[in-house]
Amino acid sequence: MSKLKYALYTGCTARESTPELLKSTLAIAKALDIELILLDEASCCGASHLQDFDDQLSLVLNARNIVYAEKLGLTMVTICNTCQLNTAMTKERLDSDPDLKDMVNSKLKEVGLEYKGSSEIKHFLYALVDDLGVEAIAQKVTNPLTDMQIGAFYGCHNIRPSHLQNISNGGENAYTPTSIDRLIVALGGKNIEYEHKNKCCGFHVELQAPKTANRLSGTAMLDAIDSGAQAIVTPCPLCHLKMDTQQAHISSEMGRDVKIPILHLPQMVGMALGIDPKDLGINHHVSDVEFI
Amino acid sequence: MANIETKKMKFKVFRFNSERDYLPYYKSYELEVRSEEMILDVLNRIKWEHDGSFSYRRSCRHGICGSCAVKVNGKATLACKDRVSDLVEIFGEELVIEPQDKSLAIKDMVIDKKSFWKKYNSVNPYLNSDIDETPTKENLVLPDDADKIDEADYCIQCGNCYYSCPAVNVNEDYLGPAALAIAYRFNSDVRDSGREERLDTVNRLGSGIWDCVKCFECAEACPKELNPIEKITKLHLQTFEDGVADDNVAVRHAYGFKPSIIKHGLLDEGELVKYSEGIPGVLKHMPVAFKMWRKGKVVMPWKMPKSKNLDEIQKLVEISSTAKFNEEN
Repeated sequence: MSKLKYALYTGCTARESTPELLKSTLAIAKALDIELILLDEASCCGASHLQDFDDQLSLVLNARNIVYAEKLGLTMVTICNTCQLNTAMTKERLDSDPDLKDMVNSKLKEVGLEYKGSSEIKHFLYALVDDLGVEAIAQKVTNPLTDMQIGAFYGCHNIRPSHLQNISNGGENAYTPTSIDRLIVALGGKNIEYEHKNKCCGFHVELQAPKTANRLSGTAMLDAIDSGAQAIVTPCPLCHLKMDTQQAHISSEMGRDVKIPILHLPQMVGMALGIDPKDLGINHHVSDVEFI
Repeated sequence: MANIETKKMKFKVFRFNSERDYLPYYKSYELEVRSEEMILDVLNRIKWEHDGSFSYRRSCRHGICGSCAVKVNGKATLACKDRVSDLVEIFGEELVIEPQDKSLAIKDMVIDKKSFWKKYNSVNPYLNSDIDETPTKENLVLPDDADKIDEADYCIQCGNCYYSCPAVNVNEDYLGPAALAIAYRFNSDVRDSGREERLDTVNRLGSGIWDCVKCFECAEACPKELNPIEKITKLHLQTFEDGVADDNVAVRHAYGFKPSIIKHGLLDEGELVKYSEGIPGVLKHMPVAFKMWRKGKVVMPWKMPKSKNLDEIQKLVEISSTAKFNEEN
């Protein structure tokens, strides 16, 4: 197999509040011999909020980000579920509506760019499990996650809406996603099945409805804990921020201690590949990750 | 055409009679199921062949009346539209049939939908218009205008989106996707004059559009594929279009991305929280912000990363913006 190569759209979070996500992504890409070209030109995707204010602006900015992957002739990979959603949704709308595409291109032309629709967009998770394959990853495991019981938390925007996930991304079943569970097993760990693995963490209403957000996260986290998980792993930095940095608020909302280490997906892979936890940014976590 | 196969299957079914039972229980029924049978066929056969007291709502059997919605393994299902074989493909052969919301069960699959209807009716889900009793010409709706209503008109009030919505589940005031989608449907009807009042209702913090958690469960649950969350997005846009968006934390949070993108290309997370919350709202975030800062999770303003070719982004914002909020006016 020729070397896998992608254009990496980091999103804002990985460059600000979850530096450990970018660090661990780059570390495992190197270990797995995947080449990632950073899209430093890219802007914010609007995080599923900008399009509530100005749909056209959101479309143009997301199209511009995709253009930079197209210029490299590469598939764009994302490391944030919400970046994945906004980018893939933009692509789907432009590719299925020539008038809309013309409108967006009339704007992009002003800065010398053109959206063609030639690049695929997928979350890095699916570059790992679909393009590289869990077997290939399993072969590189030097430090199997033996005896570790891990609950996969998939995050909404990688699994819903399913019609979009089928066009761009992993095409997982929204009710029974399996990719992360398969990856946990391939890394030598024990995947914990729990009902809330495909539910919402509430991050997007954190400011205006903290009670809603805390109750959603808390319910999912307690479900994982009560099902025997020693850690939760997520492919989304927004779920991670909510569940890692807010455990005190979540605990007081739920009236019960909600304490569990939250890992980014590439951190879990990196641990099994024998990468030093410091190089995976474990020191950036707010909640305790001591057992790791 | 696929071969029709017959298979012996066990269905675990939620049973409860609120007049008699202290707690609900599950009962298993074994049936020979043909691969083309619907969940509604299973419900019918449980009633006809096993227990005549088994209760569920049903009427049209054509995906129009919205009566027979239930959950199968937690998935919102219109019983007359979803095949047993399709569900087996997703969940395997152990199927569990439950009402849309177990806590609202009256008898077996029959639930009390009062809160759903109350919220649905609160948005005036009908055409608000002065009727000319002696019209001299037709009340025309041109194709382009009809397109704006989109699929929002297809709602059959089955409640699948509502009972799959996690925000409804934890916030009893939230109107939920069905009420918001129908509000959009009439708000975008050129004959309607109730838009202002409806926007005033759906715009309220704590119960309206700003409390949607953006999980897309409603899009997945809707048997008519009307994509309720997309209609919620369009209601957000209407509040800005009509200039009725309030100056509150949620609205500033949606707008706040724009100034940040102009300045950095990327989102300045700290600045967004500060701007959205205002002073003193931002103070309550300080304990968490401090913990994050200690762990290297807070980028100081003077260290904010910037997108390459920022001038392109700034130019695109200048020529592509269509919406306005308070301070831009």
